[in-house]
Amino acid sequence: MQGPIMQEEDFVTIRLSVNGEIHRLVVEPRRLLADVLRDDLGYTGTNLGCEHGACGSCTVLVDGQSVRSCLMFAVQANGHEVMTVEGLAQSGEMHPLQQAFWEKQGLQCGFCTPGFLMTAYELLQHNPNPGEEEIREALSGNICRCTGYQHIIEAVQSAAQSMAESARVPSGTGV
Amino acid sequence: MKPPKFRYFAPKSVGEALALLAEYAGEARILAGGQSLVPLMNMRLVHPDVLIDINGISELSFIEAVNGGIAIGALTRDAILAGDTTLSEGWSVLREAAHFVGHPAIRNRSTVGGSIAHADPAAELPAVMVALNAEFVARSRSDSRTIAAQDFFKGYLTTDLNDGEMLTEVRIPGLPPRSGSAFVEFARREGDYALAGVAAVMTLGEDGTIADARLGLCSVGPAPVRPLNAEALLRGQRPGNEAWDAAATAVVSILNEPLSDIHGSAGYRRHLAGVLTKQALAVATERAERGQ
Repeated sequence: MQGPIMQEEDFVTIRLSVNGEIHRLVVEPRRLLADVLRDDLGYTGTNLGCEHGACGSCTVLVDGQSVRSCLMFAVQANGHEVMTVEGLAQSGEMHPLQQAFWEKQGLQCGFCTPGFLMTAYELLQHNPNPGEEEIREALSGNICRCTGYQHIIEAVQSAAQSMAESARVPSGTGV
Repeated sequence: MKPPKFRYFAPKSVGEALALLAEYAGEARILAGGQSLVPLMNMRLVHPDVLIDINGISELSFIEAVNGGIAIGALTRDAILAGDTTLSEGWSVLREAAHFVGHPAIRNRSTVGGSIAHADPAAELPAVMVALNAEFVARSRSDSRTIAAQDFFKGYLTTDLNDGEMLTEVRIPGLPPRSGSAFVEFARREGDYALAGVAAVMTLGEDGTIADARLGLCSVGPAPVRPLNAEALLRGQRPGNEAWDAAATAVVSILNEPLSDIHGSAGYRRHLAGVLTKQALAVATERAERGQ
């Protein structure tokens, strides 16, 4: 954490980097990171389900690590790098995970999807070729009420495969 | 729901944190990983007037070898402990137990000291610390003391910590040669609180008999359970099913207070505790026999 935030006023000024964009804002310390992302900054891709850390819907990355944004106060993210589901797509191109969730029907209502995507993103960062068991374990903290999980697992496997392929074949070689 | 209003402080050193804790004794709670405290605040079951956020105190985050034992800073994340490959296999119980805490996104935040100070009887690390004969360092503005794990856990969410005291460090004594350890638990779903869990620490003598065996159980009482009767039975025995059966029977015989809920009856939890005791002892012994 950076900057002096030890003050007695009701509000504190924080600096949040969200998907690379810097925001300076004034918040009450009790505001949850999830609420500040959604209501103050408009990153409504992050969904709030249970609000006590059980459902995984609000999972975002802070400094590259998955966290429940309903169990972190926004002041705690002061000076840190936050990544939300809006940060996955680059220049209008869906991230391979998003593409795979679409193709494999890894979602129905979509409410839990941002949390699954961010959790899977962290997994593939550390383990680009996870086995089914590893995927199931990594996603165990995310609850989906529609799909029955099978398609979500398949989507992550498929994304891992396509990311490995695009890493192997440099673009433009025509191979 | 949303947490109620509080005053927020983010000290940068233990000294600053202790000064704040002294100033707001009785009103303040320490915010470590927040994975238990913040849900309780969100549900308005807990409403501290002051939160002292220790996440910016980097001196509280470490795992160090000390005199053959280990010192662990209170702010060490469970994900770090679970993934620490520098710990020798004798300490498997620490890595295994930390891995059972919640899910990846929980372990990225949850801390060793937080789990101990929160003292949820279903939590893994308190049971492990009891089995490892760990000591906890509690500091206040004017004092510092160490408390044996066995004396620390007083009951459901209740510890020996006083107002104004903060848990800063866990000290685990070294294990003799031919020691091994293990943690096993059973939960309905990956990452759920266990219906029962057992930590076992085994030391074998040169003749292959049990020189010392220590156990710690979670989720089967209002605080971690250390079954001294089972440990006494095991000492001097030859490792094997006969000894494990006797130990399991001894463990089950002292469990009076497991919770009954929709996840499992008290009787089922007691039964599980016996089964898991045998499993944990067998795995810890196998590791001790490999000389680790």
